[in-house]
Amino acid sequence: MSETTARPESRPRREFRNVTVPEILFAYRLPLAGKLSILHRVSGALLFLALPLFLLPLFGQSVSSPAGFEEFSRYASHPITKVVLLVLIWAYLHHFCAGIRYLLFDLHIGADVKISDKRTLHTRTAAISFSVSLVLTVIFGLKLFGAF
Amino acid sequence: MASVQKTGQRRHVVGAHYGVRDFLIQRVTAVILIVYTVILGVMALLTPSFTYENWVGLFNFRWGTFPMGQILATLAVLAVAYHGWIGVRDIWMDYIKPAGLRLFLQALTILWAVGSAVYAAQILWSL
Repeated sequence: MSETTARPESRPRREFRNVTVPEILFAYRLPLAGKLSILHRVSGALLFLALPLFLLPLFGQSVSSPAGFEEFSRYASHPITKVVLLVLIWAYLHHFCAGIRYLLFDLHIGADVKISDKRTLHTRTAAISFSVSLVLTVIFGLKLFGAF
Repeated sequence: MASVQKTGQRRHVVGAHYGVRDFLIQRVTAVILIVYTVILGVMALLTPSFTYENWVGLFNFRWGTFPMGQILATLAVLAVAYHGWIGVRDIWMDYIKPAGLRLFLQALTILWAVGSAVYAAQILWSL
């Protein structure tokens, strides 16, 4: 017998059927691990899209020649470029940290945790992943915008 | 028990070659990219100043005559292309149900991935 069935239901649980996009975005509250997961997907898609459109042209410019490198530095100092770069830096760091979390789960790390503690495990490891990637994003962002 | 019809004119199109093989390749390429990120990160931290020569040197350094920097970067690019193909294909398989549209998007994704890899290789090997 699980705790959920034993606990008297104080109010009826909300049901979501045939969910629409607004419901997904605003009504249905994903657990933290779910947010990490969907953002892993979003960040991956973003990076894949940006690779030949933005990242490779910028990289090609930067390594083309000393003069090309100067021009790259001018592009990169434009605020819009910096904002785009910061979004992609976040995307990389989020994808990286969340990805390591999935790889560790694939190695069955945490698999022996009691079923009643799974939720805590998933939430805590998601929180660690979010913390590391966001702190690093802030550090890279401060560096990018010239705070140090 | 009714058997599932797997051949014939109403065969369900899902896109081939998914399953444990791609599951493994997605993870192997992920590990390759973690390793390359760490290598590049450490080399960048050891670089005294952000000049053109130091920047290019991260990608075209040699061990003797062996073009180690370019080889590592090219392997990372190939890993990105394959990893990205599997990930984006999973997105189409989850959200795009009409088989024709899904196949079109999957074909587009392959072109995108291969095109990106060729583009990156062209930049790297002209250093």
